[in-house]
Amino acid sequence: MSQKTLYQKIIDSHTVTVLDDENVLLFCDLHLMNEYTSPQAFAGLDERDRGVLVPGQNVSVVSHIIPTQNESPRQIADPASSLQALNLKKNCVKHGIPLFDTNDPLQGIEHVVSPEHGMIRPGMVVICGDSHTTTYGALGALGFGIGTSEVEHVLATQTLVYRLAKNMRIRVNGKLPIGTTSKDMILNIISKIGAKGAIGHVVEFCGSAINALSTEARFTICNMAVEAGARGALIAPDKTAIDYVLLRAPDISGDTKDDALKYWKNLYSDPEAEFEKEFEFDATEMAPFVTWGTSPDQAIAIIDHIPFKESIKDPTVKLSLEQALKYTKLEDGQTLEGLPIKHVFIGSCTNGRIEDLRDVILTIGDRRVAQGVRAMVVPGSGAVKEQAEQEGIADKLIAAGFEWRKPGCSMCLAMNDDVLAFGTRCASTTNRNFEGRQGRGAITHLMSPAMAAAAAVTGVITDVRKLQGVKNA
Amino acid sequence: MLKQSHIQGHAATLRIANFDTDQVMPKQFLRGIDKSGLKEGLFYDLRFDEFGKIRADFFLNQPAYSQTDVLLAGQNYGCGSSREHAVWGMQQYGFKAVIASSFGEIFYSNAMGNGLLLVVLPEEQVQALMREAEGNGKPLAIDIDIEKSLVQTLKHQFSFSISTRHRRMFLEGLDVIGLSLKYKPQIEDFARKHWGAQPWVKDIAISTRKRLA
Repeated sequence: MSQKTLYQKIIDSHTVTVLDDENVLLFCDLHLMNEYTSPQAFAGLDERDRGVLVPGQNVSVVSHIIPTQNESPRQIADPASSLQALNLKKNCVKHGIPLFDTNDPLQGIEHVVSPEHGMIRPGMVVICGDSHTTTYGALGALGFGIGTSEVEHVLATQTLVYRLAKNMRIRVNGKLPIGTTSKDMILNIISKIGAKGAIGHVVEFCGSAINALSTEARFTICNMAVEAGARGALIAPDKTAIDYVLLRAPDISGDTKDDALKYWKNLYSDPEAEFEKEFEFDATEMAPFVTWGTSPDQAIAIIDHIPFKESIKDPTVKLSLEQALKYTKLEDGQTLEGLPIKHVFIGSCTNGRIEDLRDVILTIGDRRVAQGVRAMVVPGSGAVKEQAEQEGIADKLIAAGFEWRKPGCSMCLAMNDDVLAFGTRCASTTNRNFEGRQGRGAITHLMSPAMAAAAAVTGVITDVRKLQGVKNA
Repeated sequence: MLKQSHIQGHAATLRIANFDTDQVMPKQFLRGIDKSGLKEGLFYDLRFDEFGKIRADFFLNQPAYSQTDVLLAGQNYGCGSSREHAVWGMQQYGFKAVIASSFGEIFYSNAMGNGLLLVVLPEEQVQALMREAEGNGKPLAIDIDIEKSLVQTLKHQFSFSISTRHRRMFLEGLDVIGLSLKYKPQIEDFARKHWGAQPWVKDIAISTRKRLA
């Protein structure tokens, strides 16, 4: 029997028919929608009088445009955004699609809401009109982002015309040092393989350092795989992943549970399966990572310095460095430690989960947000918010001078009213440091929640290990 | 999708690598529920300064470049966000094709599905076209033959590869959803078997919503 990668196994088990050498008609188990990439898809269905083929495999969440200030009930003041939310509800009601609406206590970021309630299970194909759908690889589910035309296609057929990807494997062995997290790991990996390093590939992460991560930490890894250009990310589901799912899926019990466990046991890459590209990393050598530029691959360890122009041979890379440094107002060869920041943002589908917030609390201890710094914490979902409040995290954050806000995508892409002013430098736990992403002229430094917390209480980019009392930091 | 077999265009250069879809179409233009009004948002931060004033130094703002409809772009053009608004905006502005050595994956699918032709060439060839296009004070005349997969300018001729499926979509103007709907019986049959083997994924959205209600 031929040897298959986990990716190939998932594709095979979802192929309705092979269309040609490059494309299959791929069945989709779960389709997530939001308010801004779905409206034109529903309109397209209406124009041609088409319906939704399998409404029960689709779900919507108001996530991107929703304001996060503390008010009840929540209001969307911007008329256009408000219309998007109303329109989503109208479309969901019309087609019988379940919805987490603006004032639903469980509302949040789609990629936080769906796994935390057991909607993502190993071996599934999950798609969404959002690039960070790669997140679900952490549970052994193939997730990937699609455009609005494809949203319409899925609604009408519950399938996609899917261009097959190549296989890449990234092995990370060793133990992550104290003070470093999966965010540092993935920033490190992206900085090495580049923002286009995984184009055309689905990346399977493996190795002892990956196995040692919690499911939430794995979400962060798979979430950001797309920043290396990956078409998907996967981690073979192990006990950690399966326990996470079973805890959240009460419907999987008795015989169904036995069948599911049996099915999930096969979700791994065969030992002789071929990968077109392979990389290896040693977690032991990793340190807290921070971006300095305007692409997620422009990142360095906190102990390192921005590359010198003269050291770069590739003219494209050199030009990118010059363009990025002009925007981020930094010099080549400089270090980031001690760089003053004005804003801290903690949240997003990358790092807006409960473990991220616990990291923040552990880091700040009894310190307060530095004078002149505005530090916002936006939980990834209503459930995360409630849990943080129950654990006392929210009270501690508020007492330390952080803003404790309502859930949503918020300042990760600044599509709501959480927008940075021109020139503001921000320590952010999000996924993209693109020009203008958090606000026109705003400068984003991506980092882990612990590093962002350290920046919040010191007012400068800080090696979190120094606050944690780690030696040799 | 409109049928196209040939693009006789005017190419100009955007020498920025990893030009993401946030920059192609910034967030403030994503608040609609239809596809209208995206022409205004295209490359907004490049076309206008922070006070909303036209940036005269940007090529698209120069009269000589008003005919530009083919973009010679840096590697990994269209990376980042899945927003199809980036493609719609480029088309509303008048762009017919983008040539680069690589593209963001979701952007690639979005563009080809909408009839915005993306031509992948090796980086050296893209650089050669860029050099030919730059310094003339006007766009470079360029001819893209989709049927023969050829890019031609005065100085260069390069062939590119395009999947059979995408070529057909351009040449025949296919209704992709309509074609897929012809497989409806197979899809329904597949679903029955799929849910028979994995009952825990059937109705997963609606049953979860009901459980949480």
